[in-house]
Amino acid sequence: MVKNSFNIIIAGVGGQGLITLTQILAEAALSEGYDVKTSELHGLSQRGGSVETHIRFGKKIYSPLIDGKKADLVISLETQEGARKIPLSHSKTIFAVNNDYVLYRGGFSREKIEQKIKSLLKKRLYLIPASEICKKELQNGVVSGVYLLGYCIFKKIIPLKANSILKAIKKIVPIKYLELNKKAFNLVNRN
Amino acid sequence: MIKKILLGNEAIVQGALEAGVNFVSAYPGTPSSEIGNVFSKIAKENGVYFEFSTNEKVALEAAIGASFSGLKSLVAMKSFGVNVCLDSLIPLLYTGVVGPMVIIVADDPSCWSSAQSEENSRAFAYLAHIPILEPADPQEAKDFTKFAFKLSEKFKLPVIVKTTTRVAHQRMPVVIDPKVNTGTQKTGEFIKNPHQFVTMPPRVLEMKKELLEKIEKIRDFAEKSPLNKVSGVRNTAKVGIITSGVSYLHTLEALKELNLHIPVLKLGFFYPLPKKIIQPFIKKLNRVLVVEELEGYLEKEITALAKDINPKLQIFGKNLLSPIGELNANKITFALAKILGRKYQIPEVKEIIPKRYPNPCLGCPHLLTFSILKKLTSKNIIFGGDIGCYMLAGMPQFNLQDYLFSMGSSVGIGHGIMKATKKQKVIALMGDSTFFHAGISALINTVFNKSSPLIIVLDNRTTAMTGHQTNPGIGKTGMGEDTAILKPEEIAVACGVKNIKVIDPVNIKEYESTIKEFLNKKEVSLIVARRICALLIKKQKNG
Repeated sequence: MVKNSFNIIIAGVGGQGLITLTQILAEAALSEGYDVKTSELHGLSQRGGSVETHIRFGKKIYSPLIDGKKADLVISLETQEGARKIPLSHSKTIFAVNNDYVLYRGGFSREKIEQKIKSLLKKRLYLIPASEICKKELQNGVVSGVYLLGYCIFKKIIPLKANSILKAIKKIVPIKYLELNKKAFNLVNRN
Repeated sequence: MIKKILLGNEAIVQGALEAGVNFVSAYPGTPSSEIGNVFSKIAKENGVYFEFSTNEKVALEAAIGASFSGLKSLVAMKSFGVNVCLDSLIPLLYTGVVGPMVIIVADDPSCWSSAQSEENSRAFAYLAHIPILEPADPQEAKDFTKFAFKLSEKFKLPVIVKTTTRVAHQRMPVVIDPKVNTGTQKTGEFIKNPHQFVTMPPRVLEMKKELLEKIEKIRDFAEKSPLNKVSGVRNTAKVGIITSGVSYLHTLEALKELNLHIPVLKLGFFYPLPKKIIQPFIKKLNRVLVVEELEGYLEKEITALAKDINPKLQIFGKNLLSPIGELNANKITFALAKILGRKYQIPEVKEIIPKRYPNPCLGCPHLLTFSILKKLTSKNIIFGGDIGCYMLAGMPQFNLQDYLFSMGSSVGIGHGIMKATKKQKVIALMGDSTFFHAGISALINTVFNKSSPLIIVLDNRTTAMTGHQTNPGIGKTGMGEDTAILKPEEIAVACGVKNIKVIDPVNIKEYESTIKEFLNKKEVSLIVARRICALLIKKQKNG
């Protein structure tokens, strides 16, 4: 049970499905009786640029924004975007980062960023080849975010129940993609 | 009543439905766009008429017509939309409404999704004498919208509900009434009443008098309204906070951070300002912090009120909280700590990863245009930017934007540059929706005044930037009905443009040679670069 609030920043590159993950988490938190607030951005800034959403749940949540290095968890769908959030974290913030790499002009090389994020976060980092696993097991890398979510739930990084997330997935994800998303979520458990 | 997680904009739609809205018009603009998107999907089944209008002025005027015919109407736009519709908004306050009307205006402090300026739409209250309510979260967005309809009905004036990005794009569980289905579309009737609807002098000055009297009546009403509320307890330090909108939520976080229990007055009404609520609140204080985003309008009002009621009151606001950028709990904590002589430092955040700028999507047809224009770069070719995804031409990787202003301005300003410089040539970029919104009058001006910019209409068959809304070039209305397809090239012919070509930008050679040919023309020329938005293709495929 979360006493005060649990604060999650989801990071990635525009178009990686951050908003869906945010909605799933919000629904799951509400179904467990928490107050919940989220914040997201829409529009041109989201086209291929760095993006982030905030989710906060707990007994009573006021602001939808996480500021002042108060994130308990950073979920990132890409390594450089994960590393970008390090200055927003405190000494106990956990990072669950998809070991996926989206190139851009002026960014780090794949090897360098992997090295950097590992050396800066050490034991606070879970670097997970989510896209790779999803492509191999489900022939679809798009659901890597839901896989990461499964990882955080089953490893008890996020204090919400797997069942609440599954119910939320049913509510949020279009029927056409429901089975795929459920599979991606449960994949961690099976391996 | 049930609880449902809603985005601020979805909550506004819910509030309007609960209020029994009949007529909705909008022009998309982040952060207001989802209001139109949702109505576009659900209007029919809820017995509501919905349209995406060609621009915000027309959207407002459509709603005025509906209101004069007795219907409940809602108009939605972003901050800059008010600039566009202001010419009709101001007289609307003079005539007042028949059916109630609510206007949703979404500001974007920090310009997360806005070029052109960091606009504070609250200023329109003073100019137009229009009541403005400021919700803090989706629950209030719903409740205030519903309340705004009642207020409009009671006092026969339009009411603005002003959100910001952090309200419009905030999600939370909202208490809703699940039974709002209104069934069939309501038909109105325009009952002739020139005394109300015709704003000619000398009547117009009488109307102004009536308006100012109405505003004082609304002020009395606002002073009794639960939309303004005091929380917290009196403290011995006699420090208090006055705030509104989303700043209230950040304030509560800041108080938690400092473990402070001081009185907070949250104003739901920005205009007319409930003076009789503020006066007793500040009377007993030694110090007050006014927490508001952007320019310090409330602070000015409170300073004026304090002169009579508590001249010794120390007022803090914009001296501690910047008028630039949105607020957050950190900034407010800092201001409070400063006032109370406590130590607090805003956590320093140093960027460790180079900035990743937004980029055109994979397969974006604008990229083809950018690649051709890049080759033409010289000091005598001026690239005029406009509002749309093609603003990305201004990103460092392209650097193809020599000026950027408001909707449709690439052509108007380009014309002026060409008249002034005589030998420099302007290539003005403009999207299809922007062309219909504000480009046509500027195009006519180039023909009328014998100017010769090259206009490239980047027609990607949608209003892409704001999330793929329909527009007059698409052949579908906002409710999904078939309608005429207007073509920029045919409009240009009618406007007297002689050099016109429609090109699929994948035909790079033809595109490039046409641009070169048109650059040598002595008259205005227009290319329609027509290819569907790559993201829209993907969306349509995925259903």
